[in-house]
Amino acid sequence: MISRRGIMMAASVAVLLFCAMLPAPPVPRPLPADIPASDREIIHLLNRIGFGPRPGDPERVRRMGIDAYIELQLHPERIDDGSLAARLAGFAVMSMPIAEAYRNYPQQSDIRKQLGLAMPEKNRAADSVAGDTVDVKAERRMLQQYYQEHDLKAPKEMLNELQGQRIVRAVHSGRQLQEVMTDFWLNHFNIFWGKGGDKWMMASFETNAIRPNALGNFRDLLMATAKSPAMLFYLDNYLSASAQRAGNGARAGRKSGINENYAREIMELHTLGVDGGYTQRDVQEVARCFTGWTIDKAGSNGGFIFRPKLHDDGAKQVLGVDIPAGGGISDGEKVIDILARQPGTARFIATKLVRRFVADGPPQSLVNRVADVYTRTGGDIAAMLGTILTSNEFRGPEAYRAKIKSPFELAVSAIRALDGGTDGSPRIAGSIAKMGEALYMYQPPTGYPDRAAQWVNTGALAERLNFGQALAAGRIPGTTVNAGLLVGDGTGIGAEALLERAVNLLLGGDISSGTRAVLQRSLNDGVAAGNRQGAPSEAARVIGLVLGTPEFQRR
Amino acid sequence: MKQTRRTFMKTSGMALVGFAAIPSFLKRAAFAGTRGTSGGADRPVLIVVFQRGAADGMSMVVPFGDPGYYASRPQIAIAAPLRGDPERAIDLDGFFGLHPALADLKPIYDTGHLAMVHAVGSPDSTRSHFDAQDYMESGTPGEKSGSDGWVNRLLQGEPAAASPFRAVAFGQSLPRTMMGPAPALAMTTFAEFGVRGNGFESLYAGNGDDMLANAGAETFQAMKLLKKADPAKYAPEHGARYPNTTFGHSLQQIAQLIKADVGLEVAFADIGGWDTHANQGSARGQLANGLREFGGAIAALYNDLGDRMNNVIVMTMTEFGRTLKQNGSGGTDHGHASAMFLLGGPVKGGKVFGTWPGLAPEQLNEGRDLALTTDFRTVFSEVATRHLGATIIGAIFPRFNGSRKDFRGVIV
Repeated sequence: MISRRGIMMAASVAVLLFCAMLPAPPVPRPLPADIPASDREIIHLLNRIGFGPRPGDPERVRRMGIDAYIELQLHPERIDDGSLAARLAGFAVMSMPIAEAYRNYPQQSDIRKQLGLAMPEKNRAADSVAGDTVDVKAERRMLQQYYQEHDLKAPKEMLNELQGQRIVRAVHSGRQLQEVMTDFWLNHFNIFWGKGGDKWMMASFETNAIRPNALGNFRDLLMATAKSPAMLFYLDNYLSASAQRAGNGARAGRKSGINENYAREIMELHTLGVDGGYTQRDVQEVARCFTGWTIDKAGSNGGFIFRPKLHDDGAKQVLGVDIPAGGGISDGEKVIDILARQPGTARFIATKLVRRFVADGPPQSLVNRVADVYTRTGGDIAAMLGTILTSNEFRGPEAYRAKIKSPFELAVSAIRALDGGTDGSPRIAGSIAKMGEALYMYQPPTGYPDRAAQWVNTGALAERLNFGQALAAGRIPGTTVNAGLLVGDGTGIGAEALLERAVNLLLGGDISSGTRAVLQRSLNDGVAAGNRQGAPSEAARVIGLVLGTPEFQRR
Repeated sequence: MKQTRRTFMKTSGMALVGFAAIPSFLKRAAFAGTRGTSGGADRPVLIVVFQRGAADGMSMVVPFGDPGYYASRPQIAIAAPLRGDPERAIDLDGFFGLHPALADLKPIYDTGHLAMVHAVGSPDSTRSHFDAQDYMESGTPGEKSGSDGWVNRLLQGEPAAASPFRAVAFGQSLPRTMMGPAPALAMTTFAEFGVRGNGFESLYAGNGDDMLANAGAETFQAMKLLKKADPAKYAPEHGARYPNTTFGHSLQQIAQLIKADVGLEVAFADIGGWDTHANQGSARGQLANGLREFGGAIAALYNDLGDRMNNVIVMTMTEFGRTLKQNGSGGTDHGHASAMFLLGGPVKGGKVFGTWPGLAPEQLNEGRDLALTTDFRTVFSEVATRHLGATIIGAIFPRFNGSRKDFRGVIV
């Protein structure tokens, strides 16, 4: 009862103050009248289908009906996201062809060559070798000047842009499920930004391979990643050449011949899973099929290119399917088709989706149904998600707050709940990294494990508590929240009322009696100490505490 | 404001007495004796140091006895030892010498607590920094699929309950080698670590949310342990002086954790700057500066810890070595085998271990690099078993077919 009243109050505050800032929802198609969904169910949905509710969102979903809202999110093209464009204008690299990224974000060593400077000495030793420092400073100025005069940026700026736009979109986009699935697939097809040329290829990977297919068809998504320069580079397939052809021309110190990395990972991590029933021989055959799938020179366009001369044109057999000789580029494309059709792939993808949306231990009954949908629809991602989001397993009490929020989810959900905003300045990505999830910077191709244990540990928890306080106090440049939401017009707000509002905004009013008691005791002590002045900072303190509750760590 | 803070302290104190969960690692302390140690100061500690960027093994441990070395490096070779000349290699055994910038390590070698392994590295042929570091940290050369590091697998083999400081990496994020199910902590500095603000401890005490309550209890316990150790007031002992660099600070803080007896078992620190493609230098220069910091910090830790080094091993590694020949820019390019340092009481030091493959053209890897005669996993598994008590090598280094009989005998 308390929680319902709380929701209504929070919602009405939000509607009064901030309705105008929300993107206008398109008119949903009419649905038969439903039993009004409970508040809990709506909050649960918003925490899973997106990055948590903004003030007013629960009301909207209630008006629209849960099923209609799910349907809408499954079709992001029906959601007007026009206001996002202005927020994304600064992230230029996201729409840049790879060759252009190379030109606009050149490596420092290239500029040094241009300027006739020697390669950098280790600046670590600068403080100990006094004679060097003058030169180092002068060189740095020259470099900076060159970058400025030619309107160039350092490669590191591309990482800032990638991270910034991801956070801006997650916070501000109305297409929440699209953002959740972008996050999911970027992790499923993980690429480490720091590996050499991937710095210049990552933006194109996200823009051209992941986003257009995030709610589309899995086979298309798999094909797009297979032909993306970023993946070809990250898993070394760009080096892979037919053993015979490479034999004569191989130079010492250069990789030559077959490289099996991508062949193994596409089966183990992208489709079948480690126990998916393929053999080492399948790995070798798949590797032969993908020989010649490589990257064009950055000077041309830096894109995907098939080089027949590097391709092994003999006959192959993959998972029992014959691939006749002479197939050229179609060998690899057939591999994609074969893998996408495997029942093992249906099971593997279904399992990972259910783990993401329902629980760390995915209920087998639901996994089976989702795998069936995969098989029946030929890998329709939206159809699988529809099955998950409308299932009893998803709506059941076991799934409620069953997932620990990832640091990215924690940060974005906090900003959203407090009707905040971000311009994507690096500090917010830095906070998320400190909590253990450096975006685009996870080295192994496995992606971050989607399990609570990955996020819950000593150092990370401390950073979560620090983050909540920093956010509430406005100490994260470029990112703001509206602590004033708690205060209203600022008159006659006692600690009790502040707490009540914070609990409603951030936890949907649902808090354990133990947590509530601890919070109340803390606040009463604080108020008794005569800290009535400066209501906003008191509000910030309350928000920091509630963001630090065990309840807010979960979704 | 002060008033408020004090009141909060009181609240958290009450909560602790009232219903705080006992941190699991304190429970474990009761069982520490079953590990064959008496716990506390007797616990074996491993400090892993990663030289990122591929350090030139032949400049660190100079094969001055091999004529091929000088033939290939006219400008950047380190001259053979000559008594009284500090610009030359420091003689170790008549064949190998230490780079003069590593002079701080020589006394430790002389007391028998420092050993080197030469021509050691990864059997995988990659020359990619990224891949080679990945392989060395995962402990699975040629295989990228796993997400665990070998240090984490080492820790997984022990009881789950442990100190929050059991595995600590100094740096912005957890290194690959510590990733995995066993808890490990990354921190930049003590000053940065901890929860700012009050009122949180009781939120995580006895909340009924076991997983979070446990992490919460450990977090606050860790903060208290650190506070008790009072790291800000730390003064290194025995005249030890750490370089005023990130790496120096990392090693000093590792020494502090060891002295504070907070349950440290494995610590990690890395130091970059070894990718010397140009202007590598010789007895002086770029590489020498890096080595002075590297050796100076390790020697400072050794001196600072004094008798505590009896249970501590420092093990250094780098992803691969560099080409034998110097290149057109006075540097060296990506090579194959390199050298490792092992230092500490349990090390059978005063010796350079490993088989020297020779530097004649036909003895080189792919005609250009120092060939590999010791798989890094042979050394890692010797340390894991003989020093840290691991029992199953295959659980830490899957698909590694080395065994105890391959151990080089680096550990007493």
